[in-house]
Amino acid sequence: MDFFLQLVINGLVIGSIYALVGLGFVIIYKSSSILNFAQGEFLMLGSYVCVAVFTATKVPFLVAFGLTLLFSVLLGMAVERLLLRPMIGEPVISVIMLTLGMASVLRAIVQGIWGTETVPYPEIFPTTPVRIGPLPVSQGYLYSVGSVVVLLAAFSVFFKFSRAGIAMRATAFSQQVALSMGISVKRIFALAWSIAAVVSAVGGVLLGGIRGGVDGAFALFGLKVIPVVILGGLDSVAGAIVGGIIMGVLENLAGGYLDPLLGGGVKEVAPFIALVAILSVKPYGLFGKVKIERV
Amino acid sequence: MKCGDFRETYVEDMAIFETAFARRALWLFLAAMAAVPAFAGGFWLDVVNRILIAVVAATGLNILTGFTGQISLGNAAFLSVGAYATAALAGKAGLPFPVVIPLAGLITAAVGMVFGIPSLRLKGLYLAVATLAAHFVIEFAVTHWDSMTGGVNGISIPAAAAGPLSLDGDARLYYLILPLTVGMLLFAKNLFRTKVGKAFVAIRDQDISAEVMGVNVFKYKLLSFGVSSFYVGVAGALLGYQARIISPENFPITLAIDQLGMIIIGGMGSILGSIFGAVFITLLPELLRLVVGPLSATFPQLTTLFSSLKMGVFGLAIVLFLLFEPDGMAARWHTIKNYWKLYPFSY
Repeated sequence: MDFFLQLVINGLVIGSIYALVGLGFVIIYKSSSILNFAQGEFLMLGSYVCVAVFTATKVPFLVAFGLTLLFSVLLGMAVERLLLRPMIGEPVISVIMLTLGMASVLRAIVQGIWGTETVPYPEIFPTTPVRIGPLPVSQGYLYSVGSVVVLLAAFSVFFKFSRAGIAMRATAFSQQVALSMGISVKRIFALAWSIAAVVSAVGGVLLGGIRGGVDGAFALFGLKVIPVVILGGLDSVAGAIVGGIIMGVLENLAGGYLDPLLGGGVKEVAPFIALVAILSVKPYGLFGKVKIERV
Repeated sequence: MKCGDFRETYVEDMAIFETAFARRALWLFLAAMAAVPAFAGGFWLDVVNRILIAVVAATGLNILTGFTGQISLGNAAFLSVGAYATAALAGKAGLPFPVVIPLAGLITAAVGMVFGIPSLRLKGLYLAVATLAAHFVIEFAVTHWDSMTGGVNGISIPAAAAGPLSLDGDARLYYLILPLTVGMLLFAKNLFRTKVGKAFVAIRDQDISAEVMGVNVFKYKLLSFGVSSFYVGVAGALLGYQARIISPENFPITLAIDQLGMIIIGGMGSILGSIFGAVFITLLPELLRLVVGPLSATFPQLTTLFSSLKMGVFGLAIVLFLLFEPDGMAARWHTIKNYWKLYPFSY
């Protein structure tokens, strides 16, 4: 039972970060119908930038974190302006390849600057574990789940009540109508990419804090979030959150119980097996908008 | 005198070669290709072999993605199926290569068609995601089926042999790979002059209209997955014979992205484009090495940066092509050719 609970808690923590990165995916997909395969690279880059700023300038960690977020906003805007805007109206495959090419460039930049060794993270969370019931849980986990919850709540409020948030929802609903209402769709796209880069960077920093270091494997996170957003529905913010939690718990349980039987690696492949199942049963996910098109 | 590109009959329109000159030039080019082992030594012959294998794989992917419009991120996995089938058929069963290569292709075609079934309901992004899942599922199976695949340690493949004939060494293998590549390119070129090929293109352009006009969309989509995977499987078999030892590390997801890069840069929906793209992407790291080699004497840090440089240049090439020449090198080739055909009245 303790083992089970431990797996569930690990799953919740990883799942909350999945939810955060999934939110970035969904925002981009909703506003511009692009699946961003470079999301994992945004996460990795954010994580590296944060630790680099922290060690180079010796400012308090929160300041370094703030600078990272600023960097991410600029990164998102630059990517949208320079690379994605010329691709409006191009076929899906071209846009997919563009994000894959961009991912390759970002990975190359990261590898060129920081090499392939793990860069250690400072201890940003207190190390003494807290006891929840019978289980010791590290404080880093609690902090990261807490910040994810706060962030997701903040974004829900933003989408529901703020001017920009309402404009984003209008654009997602229909770009033409939004344009005729005086909303600048270009600015909304830039905003969407900035938000996606920011939430990924937050995910990267939290992950770096939990794991105690950052390396090139962080980029794979982007691919593992794809099953999450498909499960939740590509165009549903709530879906990304629910999907993230479910997928995080699922992969940890599968890894914990099936790895000894099958000899390792189940944790990595489980989300993708689930993905095949979801796609063949319910391709638009739990909360996605069903587009009926029979051929 | 003709002062334009006129096609006056359907036969002319369907012809592979527009002029007799083009046909003779191709024969000359093939003769030159056949003489390559006499001039190219070990390293460059190996590169040429890899290019030819990449041409077969890229043509396969182009049939599926470029001509039928079904995006596939599972190509690296299908390549590994072909290579591991070769390991089993040639290594464990000891079959000769004329049997092994088609069988490896057929096995891969079967696997490809199984993973093509979701294309009945999925298209575009969702199909890309489904084939991405196929990649990881096949990779997991390959890593864990130790008795068949040797797991993470890999498995060795004997030299391609048929009776007393043994194709060990790059030069001998070259004379297997070259005719096979030419034959498969010819088949692909002709495929798109037949009903089946036209059906593929119709599905790519508008699947609903294709269905309305009597094309059985699901059947032809599945067939496209089959033909494409057959090509990829043959490429995998050749890759196995050439590499002689394969492990799951040879088939990462980045390989699938490389191959998509080939058809994007070369030109989607063009056989010539698959050739251009495969040559470009395979040569890119080698040329980069030639440039970096002399420079690394003065900048020693370049050697450590080489792998990231390679990755960055590859990504940049894809991005720049998509932004400035989205139809790929084949389109550019046609522009240049037409310019000279009508020179000096080219406007």
